[in-house]
Amino acid sequence: MILAIARRELTSLFLSPLAWSILAVLQFILAYLFLTQIETFIAFQSRLAQIENAPGISDIIVSPLFGNAAIILLLVTPLLTMRVICEERRNKTLALLLSAPVSSYEIVLGKYLAIIGLIGCILLLVCLMPLSLLLGGELDYGKYFCNALALALLVSAFTSVGIYLSSIASHPTIAAIGSFGLLLLLWIMDWTANTQAGESELLEYLSLLQHFQNLQSGLLDSADVVYFILFSLGFIVLSILRLESDRLNQ
Amino acid sequence: MTVLIEAQNLYRYYGDHCAVEDVSFSVAKGEVLGFLGPNGAGKTTTMQMLCGNLAPSAGQITINNHDLLDQPLQAKQSLGYLPDTPPLYRELTVYEFLEYCARLHRVPFRQISKHIHKALARCGLETVSQRLIANLSKGFQQRTGIAQAILHNPEVIVLDEPTVGLDPLQIQEIRELIKELGADHGIILSTHILPEVQQSCTHVQIINQGKLILAETVPGLNRLMTTERIKLVTRQPIEAEKLQSIEGIDSIHSEQDNHYVIHYHLDHQIAEKIAACVLDNGWGLEQITPIKKSMEDIFITLTQTPAT
Repeated sequence: MILAIARRELTSLFLSPLAWSILAVLQFILAYLFLTQIETFIAFQSRLAQIENAPGISDIIVSPLFGNAAIILLLVTPLLTMRVICEERRNKTLALLLSAPVSSYEIVLGKYLAIIGLIGCILLLVCLMPLSLLLGGELDYGKYFCNALALALLVSAFTSVGIYLSSIASHPTIAAIGSFGLLLLLWIMDWTANTQAGESELLEYLSLLQHFQNLQSGLLDSADVVYFILFSLGFIVLSILRLESDRLNQ
Repeated sequence: MTVLIEAQNLYRYYGDHCAVEDVSFSVAKGEVLGFLGPNGAGKTTTMQMLCGNLAPSAGQITINNHDLLDQPLQAKQSLGYLPDTPPLYRELTVYEFLEYCARLHRVPFRQISKHIHKALARCGLETVSQRLIANLSKGFQQRTGIAQAILHNPEVIVLDEPTVGLDPLQIQEIRELIKELGADHGIILSTHILPEVQQSCTHVQIINQGKLILAETVPGLNRLMTTERIKLVTRQPIEAEKLQSIEGIDSIHSEQDNHYVIHYHLDHQIAEKIAACVLDNGWGLEQITPIKKSMEDIFITLTQTPAT
């Protein structure tokens, strides 16, 4: 049932030009950034060779690539998630799901899986780029996988926030703006944490960026992984509750 | 007779506004229940509650022996619903859309294609099955909505204004289809087209301001409609007492100058007696017409005086 909903959602996404254009634009920008990182690496290569224990291509090319991808996905995910529930409500197609023998959690999870499926394509393309470096160098696989995992977890968190805001908003644009604002806030939260000594710890813990960077540095801390899983789960549960309450007071 | 839908004491509030108040009814297999009411009477709200799109504020709904709140999945399994706006994904073709609906309703994988073809044939959609829903006319979209509701062969079918946007020929076809489906399903349909109820329903309910004001079988309704009245037009004003003395006349209402409506309960040759009386008194008979009470009349009298 979840799969049927996810499949329909993905079909609709790929039938519209939105998914294709996002894939194309993202790939273009990320490839450009990837190339500039290689450019930088080649420029510094001779100097790096003289330093002992110098950062290798994994540090100079792979980590920044994933970092950039994270920021771009922060912009893009709200665009992908804005329509999922909001548009069904606007087009009155939600009635079809509500009167079918499907429970709310299946609806939300189906939608979540569909978006993850599409973003999975983007992730795959991002992950393939560093592998091309194997032609002329070596990768730190541990760090590479940590980066990929970090990005996957981060995107899952983005998606769940986007779906929740899509379930509240009355218009897709509002959902997009709302989820973008919320994600950006969570992203930059620890900027203030660094300057103000007082409440820094809580803000630092809440910040998405902090956990993402921890994982990116190659430190696979279960606390960070659990943070992302709880974060996604929390917003998925909120979306389910929101759909349930729709029936009670419309 | 198996009772398929049972609604008991349904209430629904929107804030302080009570949209549906103490509505109870049941539909058995083989019955087609017509839900009539003016705009904003609570028809759609009631239907949404029956289909689990809205939770009732109070009351109980049982569909095919499953309580809608306690066992929503089993109850909805035997339910086909066409909302007032057909729920269509415009970017899919008719076939793709129906395939998705079949999956949603857990139609076994091997039977999906069989079910779809049956629904397509029943709703006359074979020729457009490979076209995008967005490009279809309103009538075809409405039929796709109906196909979606009957696709998984549910015991209970709820149709909210199914003939809206169809041309007269299609309306006729859909009414025939509803009659045919009514034989082995329980159907509820809402409409404000009164002849539709007479044509395709076995039972009728009129709802106004959230309350049920009439629940009748269609033959019962037809009997109601044969209350006898005669319209009389004369040249001179009549003396009501003289006419009143004719046996069988209940009352005489003066509508305007020399226009009268006479209510009576005996149906034999009353017109003749009235005519003779008018001629005897030299009032000048201009017109004498029996009035058959139409469904519209019943509808209007019932909905305009809600307290009675």
